[in-house]
Amino acid sequence: MSDVELEVLATGPLVTVQDRGRPGHAHLGVPRSGALDAAAHALAQRLVGNEPGAAGLEVLMGGLTVRLDEDRWVAVTGAEVPLWLGDRAVPTGRALRLPAGTPLTLGTPLRGARSHLAVSGGLVVDPVLGSRSTDTLSGLGPPPVRTGDRLPVGAPAGVPAAVEVPPAPPDGPLRLHPGPRADWCDGDPVDLLVRGAWTCGPDSDRVGLRLEGGDLPRARTDELASEGVLLGAVQLPPGGRPVVFLADHPTTGGYPVVAVVEPADLWRCAQLRPGDPVRFSRAW
Amino acid sequence: MTGPPAYRVVPCGPAALLVEVSDAPAALSLAEHLRAGLGATDVVPGARTVLVDGAGRAAVEEALRRWDPATGTDPGPLVEVPVVYDGADLADVAEVWGCTLREVVERHTSLELVSAFCGFAPGFAYLSGVPEEWAVPRRASPRPRVPAGSVALADTWSAVYPTASPGGWRLLGRTDLSLWDTRRTPPALLAPGTRVVFREVRA
Repeated sequence: MSDVELEVLATGPLVTVQDRGRPGHAHLGVPRSGALDAAAHALAQRLVGNEPGAAGLEVLMGGLTVRLDEDRWVAVTGAEVPLWLGDRAVPTGRALRLPAGTPLTLGTPLRGARSHLAVSGGLVVDPVLGSRSTDTLSGLGPPPVRTGDRLPVGAPAGVPAAVEVPPAPPDGPLRLHPGPRADWCDGDPVDLLVRGAWTCGPDSDRVGLRLEGGDLPRARTDELASEGVLLGAVQLPPGGRPVVFLADHPTTGGYPVVAVVEPADLWRCAQLRPGDPVRFSRAW
Repeated sequence: MTGPPAYRVVPCGPAALLVEVSDAPAALSLAEHLRAGLGATDVVPGARTVLVDGAGRAAVEEALRRWDPATGTDPGPLVEVPVVYDGADLADVAEVWGCTLREVVERHTSLELVSAFCGFAPGFAYLSGVPEEWAVPRRASPRPRVPAGSVALADTWSAVYPTASPGGWRLLGRTDLSLWDTRRTPPALLAPGTRVVFREVRA
């Protein structure tokens, strides 16, 4: 049992514990979950010397203040967010020594939407099916983090990494592959998505990026027998408004998947804010 | 020649494939075959498909050549689900089936069903084996909250809600069985392949 705790003094719209999720249980109806910006999660853990599967906090639109009761390395990656160690402005994307009792505060992101906070030793809340991730769809894992929570921190295992990786430009297109049910769309869905003017809908969340900018016409109106759905699938519900499935997506669905987002581009979806343009390109 | 292949492979992006087969038992059989031999991240059976995530196309094609759809699956474990048949939609189902409430219970308890696949929620198993002529439509508007343990029908599927959730299936009754327990292996009581019979118990 860990004696060191991360105390949560303030939270923003949504703060959850995330690691690499719980793949491998989809046939039991268990979503994959895990950090939405997997690259930011991996970088933050590497920066503080944790193993890649360690858990940290995923912070939507900043607003988080935490403190520790023991000196630890911390790192914040992902969105471009003002960061304060006490009342001193500090950079994101590198390991910082956070003294015991000093508050670490994430402001409101200037660009992007989700930050990832890693602490050396990792957060060691009880894992469920091999993961500490909060699954917002099914409720598996710890509940969303609230002000006043004290989260257990593990023993540091490694040394902080001296890497500094410039964040990738957040405005690149999402490359699209054809989906298994492309023929359920009236016209080539990849072509329609590439040529359309899309934005990130306000109802987008960890389950899916819900696109705004028109409806894709359906060639068929009958029901599709339920089938497995994968991360990055672009699903076409009866209303025609496409959804890109993200980490907390349902494992099966009865609506056609007309395209699939290149897995390497999915992290970009985590950094989109409602109203942000969403651009697609062909992956081939 | 033994006729056309019993499957069709459809790509799903660079790292996944959807394999279409004839029906739910074939999907279950293929999913078990692929899960045993491939080392894929996820193998997800559906009503007529198997999604293979995280395995190369060549490896999947090779495994498909070794699959005999005629073999079927070994019979899975049998779970008896005790049910109090006092569901809110019992009368609606009786009307669709053109029978009495008692006959609805008798018909439902006469079936031996098989968990074909899970989805919708952790441990929510789609139980196949309801005859085509007993298919019932989903409710026009889903209920905002269906209690855990609710025993239900929709189309030609039966199911037991493992946790409380919104739901549009027709409710026949309820069970005290724990359908989902993350301390159990597997956590889903009705994992794909499990055979299921329902038994009427008194309230």
